[in-house]
Amino acid sequence: MRCGVVVFPGASCDHDVYHVLKHVLDQEVTFLWHQASDLKGCDLVVLPGGASYGDYLRPGALAAQAPVMAAVRRHAERGGLVAGIGNGFQILLEAGLLPGAMLANRSGRFVCRDVHLRVERTDLPFTGRYREGEIVRMPVAHGAGRYAHRPAALAELEAARQVVFRYVEADGTVPEAAADETGAANAIAGLCNAGGNVLGLMPHPERCAEEILGNTAGLAFFAGAVGAARGAGGGR
Amino acid sequence: MKKREEPRVDAALAAAHGLVAEEYERLVKLLGRTPTWTELGITSALWSEHCSYKSSKVHLREFPTSGPHVVQGPGENAGVVDIGHGWVAVFKIESHNHPSFLEPYQGAATGVGGCLRDIFTMGARPIACMDSLRFGRLEAPRMRALVDGVVRGIADYGNRVGVPCVGGETGFHPSYDGNILVNAFALGIARRERIFRARAAGVGNPLLYAGSRTGADGVHGAAMASGSFDDGREQELPIVQAGDPFAEKVLLEACLEAMRSQAIVAVQDMGAAGITSSTLEMAARGGMGLRLDLDRVPLRGAGLGAYEIMLSESQERMALVVKRGREEEVERVFRKWGVETARIGELTADGRVRVHFQGRLAADLPIRPLTDQAPVYRRPVAAPADLAARQAPPAVPVSADPAGDLKRLLATPELASKEWLYRQFDHTVRTNTVAGPGGDAAVLLLKGTPTGLAMTCDVNPVYCHLDPRRGGAQAVAEAVRNLACVGAEPVGLSDCLNFGSPEIPEVMWSFRECVLGMAEACRALAVPVISGNVSLYNTTADRSIHPAPTVAMVGLIPDLGNLPEPGFAHPGDRVLLFGTTGEEFGGAAWLRHCYESEQGLPPAVDLAAEARLARLLRQLVGAGLVRTAHDLAEGGLAVALAEATFPRRLGATLRFPALGAAALFSESQARALVAVPPRSVERALRLAEEAGVPVHEAGEVGGEELSVEFDGGRLRVEVAALAREWATALPRALGR
Repeated sequence: MRCGVVVFPGASCDHDVYHVLKHVLDQEVTFLWHQASDLKGCDLVVLPGGASYGDYLRPGALAAQAPVMAAVRRHAERGGLVAGIGNGFQILLEAGLLPGAMLANRSGRFVCRDVHLRVERTDLPFTGRYREGEIVRMPVAHGAGRYAHRPAALAELEAARQVVFRYVEADGTVPEAAADETGAANAIAGLCNAGGNVLGLMPHPERCAEEILGNTAGLAFFAGAVGAARGAGGGR
Repeated sequence: MKKREEPRVDAALAAAHGLVAEEYERLVKLLGRTPTWTELGITSALWSEHCSYKSSKVHLREFPTSGPHVVQGPGENAGVVDIGHGWVAVFKIESHNHPSFLEPYQGAATGVGGCLRDIFTMGARPIACMDSLRFGRLEAPRMRALVDGVVRGIADYGNRVGVPCVGGETGFHPSYDGNILVNAFALGIARRERIFRARAAGVGNPLLYAGSRTGADGVHGAAMASGSFDDGREQELPIVQAGDPFAEKVLLEACLEAMRSQAIVAVQDMGAAGITSSTLEMAARGGMGLRLDLDRVPLRGAGLGAYEIMLSESQERMALVVKRGREEEVERVFRKWGVETARIGELTADGRVRVHFQGRLAADLPIRPLTDQAPVYRRPVAAPADLAARQAPPAVPVSADPAGDLKRLLATPELASKEWLYRQFDHTVRTNTVAGPGGDAAVLLLKGTPTGLAMTCDVNPVYCHLDPRRGGAQAVAEAVRNLACVGAEPVGLSDCLNFGSPEIPEVMWSFRECVLGMAEACRALAVPVISGNVSLYNTTADRSIHPAPTVAMVGLIPDLGNLPEPGFAHPGDRVLLFGTTGEEFGGAAWLRHCYESEQGLPPAVDLAAEARLARLLRQLVGAGLVRTAHDLAEGGLAVALAEATFPRRLGATLRFPALGAAALFSESQARALVAVPPRSVERALRLAEEAGVPVHEAGEVGGEELSVEFDGGRLRVEVAALAREWATALPRALGR
């Protein structure tokens, strides 16, 4: 099992993801430079959060054009596992590997806090270790987390069960979009492609994957992906 | 390009640069001739209050600067303490008050950026930030916009560089209506043997410029920070620098990677007075000379002369002394990160700085004499004429409605929840944050070790106004107490001394008194001062701010396994109050906010009692006996109890038969609350007795109500309702 964490200049969560994969899950992990043309044989590729290229133009817009993204695209098309977290999710949207777009938070402000998520699907590599409908708490930290798409497209995404994580209250109720400071359409926090091998999510599972940090809800995300990639014998 | 006419240098031009007549004469004598315009610019920057500490130096000597953990004390870009396991922590707090008042967004952003550079300049990776902010009344002109701009500036910069903002403090007081305070703290970690210092060495070693290009922004910012605001000063917009967090982030990564090559001799960031101070200070520390070729400095556009290039404060730039012959190796790392570099000069043996530009020698100055002979003033001091009136005992009202007073206090911007601010700052990136903003002290994990790093920012400017010596001591004592509440032993502090104009004797008196109070507390509580910053001239239209000697203290927690929470955690836990509650209301929040009285001596600071309490708290936390620990500060017992109920919306039923209603709001020092499981009560009481700390067993945690029986009545509040008031007060007051 080989994991790759892409390093985009300006992004800051690369080391955090590396830490969880390497030191918590004891996996073989390598950094993939943004100008690389191949993925060094990685089975799982993570586009980490942060502010790649300073979030200039639009968050993720410049990173989507980085040379490494051509290799990520090929990997995804072959069914390889790709996860985008925070800014990584925005990059996947900008690269067209996931549908829709991400707008500035409805509040117009950056928000860093714990949110509750409902796991909508557990038949995916990334979510296989969660229970269907499980409510988990994870930190968000983003200025642009307002997922948006055309109403018809949203309906299609729902019908195809591509919504993987949804913002909910602690008791599991879905908040009104107008009441939520992010304002994401259909309270979408995480989304996958039709094949289920490419997933983007705004919350940061790597920030809640160790007991000492008071929350391990994110560990299952990586453990699931690692297990699935191993089971599939890799996407090479 | 048309050559610009340089102005004629004389005493009048020197005065316009902030050099007084004697200082100009000193320069002429030093050179034996009239300085060039560029030389005048360089000298005025180096001799500015901001760079030279000329008014504060004689007082700063009072601080103890050594201790068992100190690796590097004041005098470098940041201080360094040993935190065990082969690691050191590098930290510093710095002001960006004047720029933030002129242009809050960029001022605050570049304040964070500058402080971060001071950390990675030393070879350390920044892992935490804090901010100490002082605003005026929200009704004051521009104040809501200033708050918004400062918060956005800190958020956009810190969040994008990816350093968590884990704590800090925010105050509101009318004395900051015309001069806000923005102090930024940053902390980094490094392996002990990998620390870099800014000491140039090796004749012929090249000087490498790395980072953003140089523009006209911030020319003479250091001089600006060394003058007071007069009416109309807000028009000085162009001298505020603009920050680029992306440039900072790649510069950070490139510097840390290049430093691993061992091809770098010394590094210094280009902060105040840009190329001038960074290169000259490195040369001065190493006793070297310097040749600078300004034609090689990467510029944003044409039209800059030697004067502007030397004094520009464009952000995100570094000066590095590289081992000769290994330039290419270092440049390759910067290129990889997309950071521009230029070889702008080299070290020489003669101790002079020679600045070449467009075939001309723009400056030729002796470095050491210039830095060593910077003016030092022992400015006149005088106690304020109204001191007796300030300290006259306040009338203490009989509180008819303590619950109402408590609600009112918690709804003031000063005591309300600051979540509206800190949720805009990323405090979880880097995955070290064990306890973020909102508690007594932030706690970070030192990965790979059981050790925790704790940090806090504290000062009470009202106390410092009423009695600066007590106020200075109180700031240090409160920081120690806050650290003790998470079980941390202090290893060092960095101070940011914010005061009015040093040319006003009453201000200088309060400066001296604050420093003496801090120094006394530092000695008594064994906390060395390892770095700091002085911000004077916080005077607008003859009105000086309340003194704010901000203390940023760092401590070590040997084992993170026993960390208590700042709030009540478990129904049935017993609540203990440590310390002695007196009738101390001078400057108390209760009198200020409920009765509009700000007078009297601030609470007495008993340093021996503080030391005993801190030791006891560390002992209790270390032994795993306490589930909750919270210090008593502004608003006294009533506010501390309410705050303890908020995190889990968990009430308590308590009795304080020895205290009257007013005493609930007394701000007596050396007090803290803890909650312990019933089985640990006896042991906790015994340890308190052994430690010589007075203790009162007050009752137990539980229920949805905070009920406090006191001598003559009972205070009852519904926790959820009170918490809602407290949580929403600040955004409401801001109109958000």
